[in-house]
Parts: sequence; structure tokens; C-alpha cells
Amino acid sequence: MDEGKSEELKAAEKKEYQNLVNQVKPKPSVLANCLWAFVVGGLICVIAQMILNYLVSKGMSKSDAGSAVAVIMVFLGALLTGIGIYDKIGEKAGAGSIVPITGFSNVIVASALEFKREGYIFGVGARIFSIAGPTLLFGFTASVLIGLISYWFR
Amino acid sequence: MTAARKIGQQSVKFSNPPVISGWAAIVGPKEGQGPWAKDFDKILDDYLYGQSSWEKAENIILQETVQTAVAKAGLDTTEAELLLAGDLLNQIISANYAARELAIPFLGLYGACSTMAESLLLAAMMIDAGFFERVVAATCSHHYTAERQYRAPVEQGVQPSPSSQWTATASGAILVQPGGSGPRITCATIGKVVDMGVTDSANMGAAMAPAAGSTIKAHFEDTGRATDYYDLVVTGDLGAVGMNLASQSFIQQGLVPPPAYSDCGVLLYDGLPDIKAGASGCGCSAAMLCGPLLKKMSRGEINRLLFVATGALMSPTSTFQGESIPGIAHALAIENI
Repeated sequence: MDEGKSEELKAAEKKEYQNLVNQVKPKPSVLANCLWAFVVGGLICVIAQMILNYLVSKGMSKSDAGSAVAVIMVFLGALLTGIGIYDKIGEKAGAGSIVPITGFSNVIVASALEFKREGYIFGVGARIFSIAGPTLLFGFTASVLIGLISYWFR
Repeated sequence: MTAARKIGQQSVKFSNPPVISGWAAIVGPKEGQGPWAKDFDKILDDYLYGQSSWEKAENIILQETVQTAVAKAGLDTTEAELLLAGDLLNQIISANYAARELAIPFLGLYGACSTMAESLLLAAMMIDAGFFERVVAATCSHHYTAERQYRAPVEQGVQPSPSSQWTATASGAILVQPGGSGPRITCATIGKVVDMGVTDSANMGAAMAPAAGSTIKAHFEDTGRATDYYDLVVTGDLGAVGMNLASQSFIQQGLVPPPAYSDCGVLLYDGLPDIKAGASGCGCSAAMLCGPLLKKMSRGEINRLLFVATGALMSPTSTFQGESIPGIAHALAIENI
């Protein structure tokens, strides 16, 4: 901590401290968290599947129904974010509510709500994809690459 | 000429210990549910406090806290000669806007969550040096303004780490004068920036604990006081994880652990459910000092307090660039003499 110590000694002290921090730090309960993620993530998928089955039973084609389900799930995620419930679910469910499409909807709506006070251009407009941006960028990039691969190797 | 009031490496001893003549704390709804509700001057019903944004609410809270502290010393706000204040937000906007409305000559400070100690020790120095007679030291934090600047949008569903802390919505202000009745600031230790390589922004207690240990050790070395001199040694916002690490660092540094040691971050939400590692933020240590701690001092339940506010000098930019989080801590000895 004092100047005059060699770099090596400082590095060793830092390493030792890091070990101590790792010992002291409370561990997240992996099993409980996984269980929550599994149940909540699964539940979201079951709901989506029920909607899909219902739409198909009403005579919609399977690919049309798939698109409609995505739209409905995004709407539900946005609605639950807007009324302040989705973040409560996320606290418990972790990846269970982040990975499904409702989680994507949650980060976009949460950003939009958050930056509304800075106006529609510099707030909502500029910041709405501040969290979802990477997903969109790398999602689009991956889709283009896969499209090219499928075109060349078909 | 030697510095007559400097003692040891990094401490000062006041020749005429400045008096804490007025103090006030305003807290948010969550802080009002904790064990210290009756010790705060005001508890907000909601986080917006009638304003159109959380940022505006935060600066109004700071303004009111300053006004209350000055009023409790029997003075009018216009009689305050200098305001030393800071907060957590970029460009310390809460302090700047509060100072605009209060129209008190103003020096803005940034010490992250150590700002209460930083502002108070500067106020005490200015009083003891004879530059001013009525100086206000103040700071504040707001959970939602800090959350959106440092972490994620509020409505985003993220799972908090068990070592994470909740930024307190709270503020504290202290009027310092050369004389009068009230607890006195007898000496102070200015901390060094200490960085032990912690990069986890969800474990700020661990980032700050070495700084607290360093400053507390320096304080006892410089003043020659025994660690049991104080009725209470209290750190700012290390939280449960950081407090544990600080306790271990006392022993590692060859310091006899202070018999009564606690942390404002652990105390503020004591007993509330699901609080992870506790509280953080400038307002955490400020409200604990300007609420329960100074109240206990004025009743004589605590006569010698070592107040060590701790700050994690973190920036999202440097964190994303892979920098570790530097910590700082300043110590103030507050005594009934």
C-alpha cells in the first residue's frame, strides 16, 4: 500500500487480497438460482407454446403462428416491464427471464422508460437500444453470416 | 515554517476544535423502514418527492437538508458563509443545483461516498484556520439516480449479486462553527487512494476496505491514540462483505481491532429483509452520522466517535476499460469535550 514497495510485492499483496475477497464473498446459491431460472424460463416457454397451439388450432399456419407468438410475448414482456413486475421476476429468475424473448423486450422498454425524461430524441431515441444494442448488432451479424453460409453450401 | 497543526504522516489536530452546531438528515422511504427512522429529520413518502425527475428530487433533498441543519443551529440559510458539498452524479449536479438555489458561496467536491468526511474535514480546517465562522458540509445520494448512472435501467430485470449494496436515498448536512455547544471535531486523517485490484463493481465493499484499513491505521499511528480510545469506530459504506474484510485488515496490519467497530452500510438497513450486503452511497454514512450517531453524541451515549467515510472511486468508463476500483477513506474524530 505504500510507495517504495517493489512492483512484485504489490502484485503479491493484490493477489493475496483477491484470495481473501473470494473467501469472504457470499456465494450465490447456484442450485436455487438454477431452479428459479429453470422454472420461470420454462413457464415463459409453456405460455408461448400454449398461445402457439391455440393459434394453430384456429387455423393459422405454423410459421405465421410462430411470428404472432413472438409479437405477443414481446408485448407481454413490455407490459410487465411497464407495470413494474418484470424486474421483480428478474431478481429471482435471473437468466430464466433474461434469455427468452420477453427479456429482450424488458431491456428495450426499461431503457425507454428510463430515458424518457431526457426527451424523445436524446433520451428514448438515442438510448432505447443501449442495453439491447449488442444483441441486435451481433444477432444481425450472425444471421447474415449464417445466411451466406447456407447460400454457398446449400 | 512547520505546519503546526499537522500530526504524523497524514493527520491534522485542530487547535480550537470546531463545533458541530447543527445537523440534519433526510432519507428515502426504504431508509425510513430501517431501525433509525425516529432519528432522521424527514422521511420521504416517495422517490420523486413531487419533482419531475429523480435528479431534481435529489437536489431538492440536499437543499432542504442544508436548510434544516442551519435552522437547527438557530440561523438563517443566508447566514451560512460557505457550502462544501458533493454527490455521486456526473458533474456533481445535485450539489451544483442545490447551491444555485441556496445562494451560499460554494465549493463542489467529489469523493464518491467519502464526501461527508471530506467536506466535514475541510469545513473544520477552514473554521480552525479562521477563514470562516459558519461553514456547511453536506452530501446526498439517491438510489435511482445512482442506479441509472452506474448500473442498469431501473425496470430491467437483473439478479443482484449477494455482495451488492443498495445505494441509499439519503442526505446529511452539518453546520460547523468555531464555538457554541455541540460535539467537536478534534482531529482528522486524510486518506490515500488505495487500490488492491478489485474489479467487481458488484462488490464495492471489497474495493474500499483496504482504504479504510489504511486510513484507520494511519489515524491511530499519527495521533498515538489506542484503538480502544473511541466509544465507536464507524466506517462509511463497506457493507457486510467490506466490513468483514476491514476487520481482518486491522489484524493483518498489526492493529489492535477497535472493540466497538461497525459500518454505516451494515447499520442503515439492519434487520430489513433481502438487503444483500447492505447500504452504500454518499447519503448512507451522511445520514447515519447526521441522524442516529450525532443524536447519540448529543445525548452523551457516545462521547468519542471515529467517523471514517469510505468511497469507491469508480467510473463505469474505467470499469469497462478493465481498470480496477480505487478506494479512499477519510477519518474524523468527533468528541464531546
